Amino acid sequence: MQLKGRHLISPNDLTLDEIDSIIRLAHDIRQHRSAYADACRGNILGTLFYEPSTRTKLSFESAMLRLGGQVLGFADANTSAVAKGESIADTVRVLDAYADVLVMRHPKEGAPKLASLYSRVPVINGGDGGHQHPTQTLTDLLTIDTYKGRLHGLRVAFCGDLKFGRTVHSLIETLARYPDSKFYLVSPEELVLPERLKQHLERNFSCELIECRRLEAALSHSDVLYMTRIQRERFFNEADYQRLKNSYILDAEKMREARKDMIVMHPLPRVNEIAYEVDRDERAVYFPQAELGVFVRMSLISYLLGVNS
Amino acid sequence: MEVTAIKAGIVIDHIAAGKGLLIFNKLNLATLGYPVVLLMNVSSQRMGKKDIIKIENFTAVDTAMLGLIDPNLTVNVIENCRVAGKVCVSTPAVVKGLFACNNPRCVANADPNVSPTFHLHDAKTRSYVCEYCEELTRVNQ
Repeated sequence: MQLKGRHLISPNDLTLDEIDSIIRLAHDIRQHRSAYADACRGNILGTLFYEPSTRTKLSFESAMLRLGGQVLGFADANTSAVAKGESIADTVRVLDAYADVLVMRHPKEGAPKLASLYSRVPVINGGDGGHQHPTQTLTDLLTIDTYKGRLHGLRVAFCGDLKFGRTVHSLIETLARYPDSKFYLVSPEELVLPERLKQHLERNFSCELIECRRLEAALSHSDVLYMTRIQRERFFNEADYQRLKNSYILDAEKMREARKDMIVMHPLPRVNEIAYEVDRDERAVYFPQAELGVFVRMSLISYLLGVNS
Repeated sequence: MEVTAIKAGIVIDHIAAGKGLLIFNKLNLATLGYPVVLLMNVSSQRMGKKDIIKIENFTAVDTAMLGLIDPNLTVNVIENCRVAGKVCVSTPAVVKGLFACNNPRCVANADPNVSPTFHLHDAKTRSYVCEYCEELTRVNQ
């Protein structure tokens, strides 16, 4: 397996073996943190964040710092040369001289792919519009593997914004590659999974897709419940957002209908789709999930820089 | 109506009636600088009606564009007043810079340095996947 120097734009850039290796190394880093404290000394991570991010950006920075590397970049396109009208290609052609690996978040879908065409160092997609978020997927897979002990044969309910939710797109496309997956797609009619993705899943994988409008219909069958936020920033029309924002709210009462061993995940931030009372339920793993994101990013950075050994 | 044969060049035949003018415009034939004839609604045994385009002394047409507009047309290369060869046209597997991505959030619609690039998804529905955002765009020409 050779991940050194490669870009990660979509989870499909990785084979299942490569994903398993990244997850294995992440488990090892989690258990033996001090052993990796200098793994990336002398390397720099460049962060190109064209739209706001808390978790992904800080998680990447934490990952690089915990590996002994350093971080530079921008968190607001308005304070960089982008505000002067610089193209993505030009920005990347400059920054790849300043860093050994780049992570990009951009509101335009396909922007990291474009960056990868010009960069001499690995580009990691840190989320592009409603398209893909591969490192969130790796985080989610590590979380599922940690709590369920497997990635195959899972019944996973995705709830909320399945249309614009890039974390959903990336995760469902990846889990579909594992055998015996069954997905419950719980969303309002206006926010269903994009047709192209549904067609892709149905044509290329043996997974089962069940669409439902009520969360209760999926709860008692699921091993994993993946909640998502209805994202205000993805709507062109505020009225549509206001109408749909409270479509699903997971509370203690609904959790009583769920299986005892089901886990509740969320890419965060949440708004009101998970009531705070659910935080006390031991099946709620969304905060440990965010913590696991650091370890999986440490693993990924190590592989892309070729320092994993 | 009679149009004389050309000595050298190409004849784009069996164009679906009505699409000849579209091809004429998309290939910028008006500015080509060579003699060009566009025949519309010509009787055809096979098609009922068809369009034909003849271009004298020029053969370098964009076959990807032709395939995109009408994958069933035929392109005959003429030399010394005879058909010297036929160029196969089909729905192209990869299309670059010929149409825009349907997705308003796609980087290809926002960055002037990006040439929209598509990969054929389904020839029957003439739908293409954008190389950047992976959304489907249907070609309805």
